[in-house]
Order: sequence, then structure tokens, then C-alpha cells
Amino acid sequence: MDDASFKPSRRLFLASGMAASGALVVGFGFDAVAANEGATRLGDYVAIAPDGTVTIRAKNPEIGQGIKTMLPMLIAEEMDVAWEQVRIETAPADEKRFGAQFAGGSMSTPMNYEPMRRVGAATRAVLVEAAAAALKKPVNELTVEAGVVHHKATGASIGYRKLVSAAAKLKLPDPASVTLKPDSAFTIIGKSKGGYDSPAIVAGKPIFGIDVVVPGMKYAVFVKPPVYGAKLKSANIDVIKALKGITHVFTLQGSGDFHSLQDGVAIVADKWWYARAARDQLEVVWDDAVGAPHDSATYAAKAKELAKTKGASVASNGDADAALSKATKKIEAWFETPFLAHVPMEPQNCTAKVTADGVEIWAPTQAPAWGRPHVAKALGIAEDKITIHMIRCGGGFGRRLENDYMVEAAAIAQKAGVPVKLIWTREDDVAYDYFRPGNYHRFEAAIDGGKITAYKARAVTFARDGKVAQGAGIGPHDFVPLISENYALEQHLIETLIPTGYLRAPSSNALGFVHECFLDEIAGALNKDPFTLRQEIVEAAIASPRPVKDGERGASYQPKRLKAVLETLRTRSGWDAAKSGNGIGYGVATYFSHRGYFAEVAKVKVDDDGNWKVLKVWVVGDVGRTIINPTGAANQVEGSVMDGIGEMMSEITFDKGRAVQSNFQDIPMIRMSQAPHIDLHFELSDNGPTGLGEPALPPVIPAVCNAIFAATGVRVRKLPLLPETLSKAART
Amino acid sequence: MITLTVNGKAHRLDVPEDMPLLWALRDELELPGTKFGCGVAQCGACTVHVDGVAVRSCATPVGSLEAGAKITTIEAIGATAQGKALQKAWLEVDVMQCGYCQAGQIMSAAALLQATPKPIDDDIDAAMEGNLCRCATYKRIREAIKSAAGMALTDTREA
Repeated sequence: MDDASFKPSRRLFLASGMAASGALVVGFGFDAVAANEGATRLGDYVAIAPDGTVTIRAKNPEIGQGIKTMLPMLIAEEMDVAWEQVRIETAPADEKRFGAQFAGGSMSTPMNYEPMRRVGAATRAVLVEAAAAALKKPVNELTVEAGVVHHKATGASIGYRKLVSAAAKLKLPDPASVTLKPDSAFTIIGKSKGGYDSPAIVAGKPIFGIDVVVPGMKYAVFVKPPVYGAKLKSANIDVIKALKGITHVFTLQGSGDFHSLQDGVAIVADKWWYARAARDQLEVVWDDAVGAPHDSATYAAKAKELAKTKGASVASNGDADAALSKATKKIEAWFETPFLAHVPMEPQNCTAKVTADGVEIWAPTQAPAWGRPHVAKALGIAEDKITIHMIRCGGGFGRRLENDYMVEAAAIAQKAGVPVKLIWTREDDVAYDYFRPGNYHRFEAAIDGGKITAYKARAVTFARDGKVAQGAGIGPHDFVPLISENYALEQHLIETLIPTGYLRAPSSNALGFVHECFLDEIAGALNKDPFTLRQEIVEAAIASPRPVKDGERGASYQPKRLKAVLETLRTRSGWDAAKSGNGIGYGVATYFSHRGYFAEVAKVKVDDDGNWKVLKVWVVGDVGRTIINPTGAANQVEGSVMDGIGEMMSEITFDKGRAVQSNFQDIPMIRMSQAPHIDLHFELSDNGPTGLGEPALPPVIPAVCNAIFAATGVRVRKLPLLPETLSKAART
Repeated sequence: MITLTVNGKAHRLDVPEDMPLLWALRDELELPGTKFGCGVAQCGACTVHVDGVAVRSCATPVGSLEAGAKITTIEAIGATAQGKALQKAWLEVDVMQCGYCQAGQIMSAAALLQATPKPIDDDIDAAMEGNLCRCATYKRIREAIKSAAGMALTDTREA
């Protein structure tokens, strides 16, 4: 690898001429450029400067999940450096060197926990080897503390900063061959470290994608059709060109690729506000007839019709229909979950510069590698001519797994012939989302002799081009096969034009709600405590493990872990003493997703008008033996729980293919006064650590809904949860 | 020409009167700490102080500001006692997830503490309700405000 590429900070800094401008050195997160001066690199992840500063690269995009802080903790731990010596830089997007670089699926921890530690241990090994030569002592007599190598017997010592030049000439050992520390020796892992970028954030320093400034750049808006796939017929481009501050106005043609360019009008201006203001004068005509059949009401009616017939089998065992036909007691229910928008706080944006040499992109993205081929194709440029800088994202929630805005910025910059920062409005962000798809479920359960003798779930979800749409899958989740010996999981699909995608805890964020709420209805039919029923199901799973299919969602499920989580939750929440009634209710739910074992109890309050509030949530989770960064871990769980509650408040509906809602005035989100108390406990089990971006979210929604039932007697089967459905008058 | 007094310094800008203060700050004055979130005063990411009052800069045309109005942004809030205490508390409590809304949160919190040095939980709810945090760091924001005010961190609301 070329050495120059390790210091993108310096290279970009100088090449872009920003040192001269002085006022606004932004966007690259490389604020400590000077500290890196003269640093020597050891491999792709570490460089050590003469002053002892250890620069460590974080390989994955930061979206608020804390990965920029957490991954370097793993390297620093094994290197035996002090955290105060560490400065962190986000790695360039280069999967050949850094492996998979994405933020999604709560995967960063399980994928990187050991590899990053091995990077640290291998780096330490060459430094100690260099120290052995310098001190003329055998390697096995040397110890390291805070970046200083000691020979205890003689008192001799030498710092990493003096060893790095010699160490750089040595060959880094194969990371697979190095020995890792025992957990008992950890000094960084397991200790709370505040977010590395936090001091810059509280001071208002420019570190987000939207803050990127490239010399000579212009600002753009891109007006796309409000109906996906609609075609541009005409636009008053000449009128717009004449408006104040406007430098370029042109159309771009859609590629027909779902993840890439759509038809649209680019308005480029000296400053963003001019482009935004000019847009109000834009008269654009779309051929949007393609959207006509795509209404929320039509979807709902279609779903009800489809659910009357047998769907494609997703999973089954025994004979659920036979058990249902002879059952003494049968219950059934119809559930609906809405489409949802992601709405991360930072509207989508991207900055791009296209020259004869290639394309340089500054993107707040969760998955740069997924955008690269689309940029290449749209611009007719080879993929290896595209440099992508991963810039801190103001939230992701799955939206930034798509890179449509990246392709747009690059295409606009190419056509305009100047560097361009594209910024979407919030209305764009809603209208052009890849929405969490809604879904519909018909449930049936049979009860005989105090047992659940059949469990049948027929889902209606959405398809794109005949295939299950993104985020619309209904895998054979861990617990469905565990509820009853006779089960059937079926799926119908409605073809949709609406782009769909992955929202935090995809699929699970809806399936947790429907299955865990129906399970409470079953508990009611059995006259059984819903907490006890869940514990019995787990006990049964331990007694007779279900056959696990490779690659199946939930295949790694270990019921013993959930058992321990439930036991702790029952005690911590005081479930057995909790009294529901008089508008106060307690509910429980659990859900296994993203390798995390979470169970939660919610306490809610509902007034006579049906206004509901979550007062407190008790959370117990098992994500393995080590909580790497306790403050960050707790923050993720607190956020997941509140995000889940927020998801119960809003919906996106469609009218002829266009989203009806447009901004926060009609997309309610959870706010300060609605934030519940949270009691969090991690159950440590002897398993490798796994991620926390998602698994705490799915259980909270059904826990709250089950608590609402306990408070009001109203079963929640449809979201969003509207007060009028819970008012005194609505209760039967 | 519009004259804006921002963080103690007067600037003359050749911008239209309907340009929102947010964009004058971000793109004209190169003060990008104030964030764009919704453009319609619904999320609070763009909160600044105008004469000490928390204002949504995305919905404040520069032409609507009184002559001599003193604008304070996140870049300068650390020069006030409350702002400095809040920034410190934000780090001690480790409030941030993505951090995008936090400049606005701190500006709203600073206006709260300037008016109400020892806020109770209801005060915090009222002052902070207009500031969305999509990562939902509300528990920590509440704690950080109390920490900055020198109060016990206990959440006294019904549990």
C-alpha cells in the first residue's frame, strides 16, 4: 500500500487548499492533522507520531452507534496504549484493505471484536520486537504499559514513539497467529469511553456530511418525482436559470435502477438557499400515472382479501389446520403495521467532485461499497477511480444503506463540471425514502387441554418485481416453531411500486409486535400469566431443541440465554407484585433478533381520553460476556427502546403512489416529555460479544401494547396507536 | 444589505431578506454548527439565541430580525457560564449518539438555564419539547441539564 494513502487528512488538506482558507476546514474528521505530522504507520490501522500520539483507524461508518470510538478501543487494548494517547480517524472506504465496511444488522461487534483485537496484538508484537533489539533483552522479559516497553528486572524502558521507525521495518505477524489478552487483563475494554467526536459536537465543529466544504463547490437540490418511477415530461428550466444565485439547471435521466438515479431536475446555486428558493418557482410536469393503483386503502383491502386464502408456506410443522379444526378453543386476530419513514436528523446529502482523474465523494453513508458500483455506472467511470470518504452520519436507521443521494451528487457534479454539495430537504427525505414496508397478519391459535395445539400466522407483505420487497421478509423466527408443535407460517405478497428498505431491526420491528401481542392473547385464552407462558415456551425449547436450519433467521438461537434473561427481568421489574388497573398497566414481551436476547417489561398510563404514556421500561439483555463500552452500550439500548416507542406514533400512507406525510408536523416522533424511565441490566453469558444497534428495539413495542391491554382491556392490533382507540368510550 | 450581529461580531451580508437565518449562518458566515433538520421549525436542530431567547433559525428570515439583535450560536455558547457548564455536562453524561441534534439541544438548554437556573422536570419538558432527538438521547439530555444546573440527576417524573 502506498504510504501517502495513510494520511488522507494531510493530502486532502493540502490538495484542497483549505489550509489557506483557514476559516473552514471541515468535513473530514481529521481535526488533529498536525498531531499526525511525521507519524509512522504500522499496517493499515495504526500510526504513531514522534510525540507519542497513536492514530487508530476506525474502519466502519459512524452513524451514532459509537463504532468510531468502540473499534479503536479494541486495537488500543491489545496494543497496551493509554486511551488518552489515542486519536481516531475514520478509514477510507476501501474494502480490499479493511474488509466489509458498513453499519447495519448490529454486525460490527460480532464481525470485528476479535479481528480488531488481533490487529492491536500484531502491532504490539512488532513494537516489542523492536524494543527487544533496542534494549538488548529477550521479548519474553518485556512488558508494556501505556505505550512504554519496560524491562522490569533492570528498570530499562523505551516508548513506542521511539520504536516505531524500527518497528515499521519489521514484518507484522499474521494476526491469526498472535496471542490475545485474557479478559481479566483488560484495561480499556469494559470501561466507559465517551464518544470520540463528542467534544467537537458540543462545540459545533463541522464534522457531519452536511458540513463538508470543497473549494469551488456549488450547492444543489435535486427534484425528483413524488411517485417512484414517474417520468419527467417538462420543466420551466429557463425560468429557473434566470433566478438569483442559480448557476446551473438541468435534467438527469433515470437509469431504471431502484438503487440509483431517477428522473429529476438539478438546480445548482452559489449557496444552498438560492437553489432551495428557486425550487419554489419550478414548474415540473411528471407522468406519474404509474402510481395510480398504489393507495394505502387499496393495499389494506387487497390484504384482507388475500388473507382469506392459503399463502405460500414459509415454514411449517405437523398439521396446524387439523389441530385447529378439532380444537375446543380457537382464537384469531388481524394485525396491521404501517409503512414508516426513517427520517434521520441529518437530511440526506453528499458532496462530490468529478475531474479527469476520477470522482471524489464525501458521503454520510452506512454502506459506501454499495454505492460505488452505482456511481461508476451512472457516470461511466471505473470503480477504482472513485474515492469515497465516509463522513459522520447524523443518524442512519437503515436509510443510509441506500446511496441514491451519492449517485445524484456525483452525477450533478459531473454534468455541472464543478464540485457540488447536494442537500435534500426534509420533505425530499420523506418523499424519497425507502420505507419500512407495512404488513398485515391473520393469526389463529388452537387451545386444547391447556396447551397450544396449533399456531398459524398468515402474513401479507409486499413484493417488488415479484420478489419479497426489501424489509418485507418474514423468516421462520426462533420462537414461532417453539410455540406449538403444529405451526404454519404463510406469506402473501402485494406488488408495490413504493420503494421499501431496511429500518432499524428490519422485519423484527414489525414481527415482534404482531407475534408477541398475539402470544399475550393466547395467554389470555389459556388463563395464564403472560410472563409465565413465555418462560414455559423457553423451558420447552430447552427440553426439546428444535431442528435448526443453516442460515435460517434465528438459527443461532439458544433458549438457555433467554431463560436467564427472563428470570432476571421477572425479578428486576417486580412483575409478580405489579398491579395493573385504573389506567395503569404492565406488559411483557421478548424477541430474539440480531443475536441479542432481550426481554422487556413496560409500565404504561392511559387516561380517559386514550392518551397513553410509557412511564417505565425494564430491559434485560444478553449480548455476551463483555460489554465493550458500557456507556455507549447503554445509550444504544436507551435509544432503541425510545425509538421503538416512537415507531408506535407515526405512519406513512400513500395516495396514488405518493407519500401523504411530508415533514415532522405529520410524522410525530417521541419527544422529551414522552421519554420513559429505563431500568437496564445486561445479563453476562459466556458467549462472544454481539451488537446493540437493534436487538433492544423489537420487544418494546409489544411490551407497551400488552401493557395497554392490561391498563384498558383494549387489544392493540394496529399501529400507530391512536388515542381514540383507547378512550373510555372506545373500551368495551 | 443585511447587518447581523453574530457571536458579538457585526457582519454585512448581501442576501435576500427572506433567506432564513440558518442558511445565512451556515453558508454565508461559515458557522455550520447550527444544523438543518426540517426547515419548518418542527425539530429544533437549528436553534440559536436571538437576544437570549431560543429561536428556530430555519424559520427566521434574516429580514425579520430587529436591527441590533444579538445572535448567539453553538460556536460561541461556551463563552457563557450556562453554555460552558452544559457542554461539560454533555460530555460527562456522554449524551451523544449521532450528535446531529445536540447543538440545538444545548442551545435550548442554555436558554432554559438562563431563564430558570434550577429547572424542575416539568420545566425541562417544556423547554426541550421542541427539540427532536431521533436517536432518543432524552434521558441523558435531562441528566446533563440537571448536572449543568448543579442539581441531583434523579428523574422525578412519575415512574
